[in-house]
Formats: sequence, structure tokens, C-alpha cells
Amino acid sequence: MIVFVSAGIHVTCMFEYQHLESFQQRRDTKTPVAYCNPSTHILTLIMRLRLFAGLAEVQPRPWFRPRMLSPVLCSDLAALEPEYTEADVISTVEFNQTGEFLATGDKGGRVVIFQREPQGEYNVYSTFQSHEPEFDYLKSLEIEEKINKIRWLPPHNPAHFLLTTNDKTVKLWKVSERDKRAEGYNLRDEEGRLKDLSTITTLQVPVLRPMDLLVEASPRRVFANAHAYHINSISVNSDCETYLSADDLRINLWHLNITDRSFNIVDLKPENMEDLSEVITVAEFHPHHCHLLAFSSSTGTTRLCDMRARALCDQHAKLFEEAVDPSRRSFFSEIVSSVSDVKFSHSGRYLLTRDYLTVKVWDLNMENKPLETYQVHDYLRTKLCSLYESDCIFDKFECAWNGTDSVIMTGAYNNYFRMFDRASLRDVTLEASREVCKRRAVLQPRRVCVGKKRKETDVSVDSLDFRKKILHTAWHPKENIIAIAASNNLYIFQDRMAPNGHHNTPEIQSAPPK
Amino acid sequence: MFSKGTKRKFSDGDEEISDESLVGARVASSYSLQRQSLLDMSLIKLQLCHMLVEPNLCRSVLIANTVRQIQEEMTHDGSWHMVTEAFCGPGQSPSERLVATEVLCRSREQDAEPKLFSVISYEGCREEEVVADETLCSVSVSDTVSNVCLAGRIGQCWEKSELSGVERDEEALEDSRLGSGEDEEIDTEDGASTESPKTTGQVFGTFEIKNSSPAPDSALEELFSDVDTSYYDLDTMLTGMQSAPKMGPYDILDSLAPSHSSPSIVSTPKCRSDLNELDHIMEIIVGS
Repeated sequence: MIVFVSAGIHVTCMFEYQHLESFQQRRDTKTPVAYCNPSTHILTLIMRLRLFAGLAEVQPRPWFRPRMLSPVLCSDLAALEPEYTEADVISTVEFNQTGEFLATGDKGGRVVIFQREPQGEYNVYSTFQSHEPEFDYLKSLEIEEKINKIRWLPPHNPAHFLLTTNDKTVKLWKVSERDKRAEGYNLRDEEGRLKDLSTITTLQVPVLRPMDLLVEASPRRVFANAHAYHINSISVNSDCETYLSADDLRINLWHLNITDRSFNIVDLKPENMEDLSEVITVAEFHPHHCHLLAFSSSTGTTRLCDMRARALCDQHAKLFEEAVDPSRRSFFSEIVSSVSDVKFSHSGRYLLTRDYLTVKVWDLNMENKPLETYQVHDYLRTKLCSLYESDCIFDKFECAWNGTDSVIMTGAYNNYFRMFDRASLRDVTLEASREVCKRRAVLQPRRVCVGKKRKETDVSVDSLDFRKKILHTAWHPKENIIAIAASNNLYIFQDRMAPNGHHNTPEIQSAPPK
Repeated sequence: MFSKGTKRKFSDGDEEISDESLVGARVASSYSLQRQSLLDMSLIKLQLCHMLVEPNLCRSVLIANTVRQIQEEMTHDGSWHMVTEAFCGPGQSPSERLVATEVLCRSREQDAEPKLFSVISYEGCREEEVVADETLCSVSVSDTVSNVCLAGRIGQCWEKSELSGVERDEEALEDSRLGSGEDEEIDTEDGASTESPKTTGQVFGTFEIKNSSPAPDSALEELFSDVDTSYYDLDTMLTGMQSAPKMGPYDILDSLAPSHSSPSIVSTPKCRSDLNELDHIMEIIVGS
């Protein structure tokens, strides 16, 4: 959608996005294992297999109820199952600081890293299993291996480092390339066998010869046992030495090199758990100030904390909350105001928060109300009761800034995602689904209508598919390339107006609307 | 779970407390109906989330806050007071009812729709969650006689709260946890657990008065009335003055042997039913 205005000097344009590529994850579901009703039979089988895989040494416990079969264990029910397993659902998407790499994590604990080719396309670079399902013996609870967040470390050597986390454990992974191999060892031959010493007559210096590129991922640090509740976010500090991990009630500060200790900097746990009324939903460090962090809560407030003030930052430095008009208050007001994502702008001056129905831009200097509020899907306001029933009201959507902080993006239902241009106040709704994504196809804007359709392409509110939700989106840090995750699919879209992939300065154009 | 859009619209934006008498009354009653249905839905959700293996603390907190909000509003309206008094015994202070760990009852006056009993707590009723059947919490009560199973279950719950009270030491029964409920630290459980069996016991006790107590219930009652806690008295043990051999934890196996001349004929059926109860509990926990 391109919009322009008048004959003025500056104009802003909403970029036209075309589909670059899409990736679909599917695990191999052919490994046969008997699957029947959840009874002791199946429980025992699974435990045995886990024993074999060395994952758990535990006696079969008839009262352990698996919530989800590990993907490897799905049987020939593949024909009856949906196309993909639950484990393939992408749970997080993140570009690195240069945008050259894109990492995705899924519910099965696997991380896939894509690399940008010189031509501008993204291809799979590395895949590794980051987290395995665990069992907490003390509480008889299975710990999900789903990757909740991935954060890249700023580059400081040729290898790439990223932090991945599931509900309980954060891991630091090193992804390095090997394209040379040493040949000409003295004691071993090419296959690695020991040479007969009597055949060695001269000494040689091993030389490096090129080999096929090998990408290796190895865990360098494991930060475990610091969280009693489920970790929802991690954020690397601008000092590149520390990072925070936040769970529902606490935020811990870690040093990247120290795994056996962390500092608790925020603690919302009440004396009496029955008094609990607020949980932390997201936490993030400021991009430039290493002492500032922001965290949002389920009650709709976002707090900015200064770590210089005191060691425990329960007292906030700033509290960002918009007062709710008491006459418009309903039983769902609090749930709908719960903040599901917080992002600092690249400049560090603004804060972007996403709650259920809106996305808001806050100025860090103004706490009492947001600078801008954008309605993402206000047509859902009358459907809150049924959304509460179906639990959709608890969906946590993420939001993203573009590289210049001029456009913000967030996901919605029916595989739609929305982009808002802050300067022109125009917005667009686009769809990310396989039916509409052909190679290089330009995305057509969508419209959701409440009453009767005005155009043929309009979609009525009642026909929205609430199972198709776009929770995870990411924007390239410099260019107009976006990555959208829709269940087990990853879509990459690129701004059409920049075929060479480089960022354009806004141009004056006038074009008739389509 | 329910199809979208078929529920009647919940006018959440505008709470019209209009002045027009007829329209106002209609709106008010439909509002309270909607509020009640929202309360019921929330309670079901809270109970269900105890059954999830991976409960979401954020979601539970939000739902509990919604329930509290409805409770408060209903208290201000005065309808809450009516609801609880009709059901629970007198003498319970109103403040207790606003606590999140309270068992919420629904008024009998509200036609013959199923009533819901629930226990809302993140931790307070941990003991109940620990040993109680999941389905117990979402049990629905009606006045019909067909609800014998309910009474049986209530009895179990009571029995289990007794079990948890008496056999506290054997609570290395982490095994008996269903793996449900929110994450929490272990040190906080002990504090909360003493309170909950009493609360639930009290309420379920009250409930039993309303319903005719069927046979299994009373049998269990008798069972536990026989348990002589003097066994655990330090004095008794020190002086060795035990009038009759008490059933210690390890005596169960001993008294199983039929040839064993049981010290008292009373104890044998007792320990057999002990085992039966354990079996029963395990069955419930496994959910077969």
C-alpha cells in the first residue's frame, strides 16, 4: 500500500512487501511406537525409551502423565494427525545485530539459524537441539523444552553467540564455522589411525587445507537453577557482559561468564502467595544505558528501573500506566490491559508496549500516558467474552520496531499482521499464509469489516480463524525485511521497493490507490 | 472449546445503570446473569488449570483477579452475601469469603443449574491438590439423589485431607502430586497446608449436613475416628503406656497375614481398608 500526500516536500511511504521465502518445519513422524489411550501402558513405554536415550533414569511412574508425546515417538497416526506436530510450532524469532542471521526456536527445543546469502535470500545455516525435556523430580512436573526466547550477543569474534532459554534454563551457544582442516600430522594418518613409528622418517608441519563448510553449535554455558517460575524473557545488556532473565515473579542478573551465581534484581513475590495479583510478563534492558531496564506486568503497567539506585529494584524509577476511564471499565479490562511485549526503540528514547487490543508508543520521559496508541484489532472488543472462554484473550502477541523506529509491527489473528507508520499514521493489514505467499508475490492489504462487506476481499469478523495467530514477528535491524512465524511456518518478506535489499530514503511519489 | 460468537454479547464496555425503571431492571438482571456466568466460567478455568501439567501463572493470576473483582462487586451489590449465607453455615465472617482461597458456593435459589465447588488458591489448598482427585475440584452438585457419587467424592476429599493431616511425615508422597498447580518453592507449602484441610473440611463438613450422608462416608468417618493419635504422643511413647496396640505405619503389613492373631479384630478390617483406600487413591491419581 503506498500512500502519499500532497505536494509537500516530505512524504512518507508505507512499504510494499513481497514474499521472499518461507520455510516449514516438520519433524520425522515415522518412528513407530504404539500409541493408545493414555494409560499405564503408554507411560511405561515412553519412560523406557527415555531411559534408552539417556534422558532420565527413573522408574516408570504410573502417575506421571505426559502432556505431549515427544515428536520422535509419534506413531503411524501421521495420517490422522495434522500436517505438523506441535513440536514444530515456532515459538520465537530473532535477527542478530547485523541482520545477517535469523534464529528461530520451536516448541520441540530446536533452534534453526538462517543466514543471508549475498543475493539477499535466507538459507538454513545451522540446526541444533538446544533444550531437551526435563523432569523436575521434586514437583513431579515436566519442564517443557519449548524455546521461549533467543537473544544474540553482539559480535566480537568470528563465531556467533546466542542465548536460548526454555522455562527453566538459559544456555549460551557458540556457533562457529570450520572450513579448514589440518592435514599432515606426524603421528596419525589421514584416517586417524596411529602410524607405525618405524615408517616415520621425517617430521612435517601440518598444513591447513580447505574443506566443506562445517557449522558447529556447542553449548558454552548453562545457566540453570535460578528460577522457580517460568522464564519469559532474556535480554542482553549493552555492556555485553551481563544479561537478565525474567520469570513470572523475579528478574535475575547474570554475568555471561559465571553460571553458578546470579543476582536477583526484581522480586514481586508476595509474602503470602494468596495475595498474588501481579506477574512479570516481559523484561528488557535499555539499548544504550546499561543501568536501565524495563519490565511489564499483567496489570498493564510498565516499569523502568535504575540499577544504580539500589540492588533490589522493586521500587521503580518510572511507572508507565495509562489510566483507565472508570466508566468504561469492565471485567475484562485488566486482562486486556496486560502487557504482552515490551520493546525499546533503537534510539532508546521510546518504549513500545503491546497489550491485547492495542500497541502503544511511550516516551520515556512521560509516564502518565502513551505518546501514540494504535488499535490492532478493536473489532474484538465486543467479542471479549467468547475470547475469554476460548482462552484466546490470554494470547501473548509480540511487537517490533523497524530499523529507523518509524514503523511498528505486530501480529493478530487469522494469520494477519499489522504495520503502523508513525509519521503518517497510516496502517496496513497483511496476511502471512501459504495460500497467498507465492514467490515474489506482493502482499495485498486485507481489511476486516464489522458489518457487511464493502469490498469482495473484506473479511468479516465472524469468519476470523482464532487458531491462526501470529505471535512472533521480527524486523531486520537495518533493512525492511521482516520475519513472521505462523505455527510451523516462517515467512520472510522484503520491501518491494528496494530490490537490491538496501534501505531507501523515502521518495516522493504519487500513485493512484489500487 | 466453545464455538465462538454464539454466546450472547457481553456488554463489557457499558454498564448501564439507567434510570428507566423497566429497561433498567431488565438490563440489571441480564447483567447479573452475565456476571454470574462469567464467574462460573472463571471458576471452571481455575480448576482446569490445576489439571494442566504446565499451568500458566500469568493466566491463573488474571483469572483469579477477575473472580475477585466479580466477588467484590457482588458483595457491594449485596448479592454475594445472599449467596454464601444461603449455603454455608452461619458464623463465618464475611471477610473470609473474599479471600482467594475460599471455597465459593453458589446459591441454591438460582434454579436447578449445577453448582460449582472450587478451591481457588495458588498454594493455600496445596494439600487438597496434592492428594485430591482432580475431578473432585470440578465436581458439580445438584439436589437430586443421583449425586451419590458426589458425596462419595466429598468423603474422599475429607478423608484425604485427614490423611494429609495425619500422615504428614509420609508426605515424601511427592509422588502423589498430580504434577499440577503452579510452580512454587517447597518451603512455603508447610505454612499454607495447616489452614486448608480445616477450611475445606469445614465447608465440606457443612455440605454434608445438607446432603444425606451415604454409607461409604460414614464408614470412612468411623475409620478415622478409630485412629488413636495418642500413639504419637511423646508421653505415651515414653511411658510405654499403650492400652491397645496402635496401628503404626509399619504394622499394616504385619496384620495382613491371616494367620497372624491380630491384636484386635477391629484393626484387621481397618488396615485392609487402609490398603483399599491407598489403592483407591492411586487409582484416582492415575485417573484410570
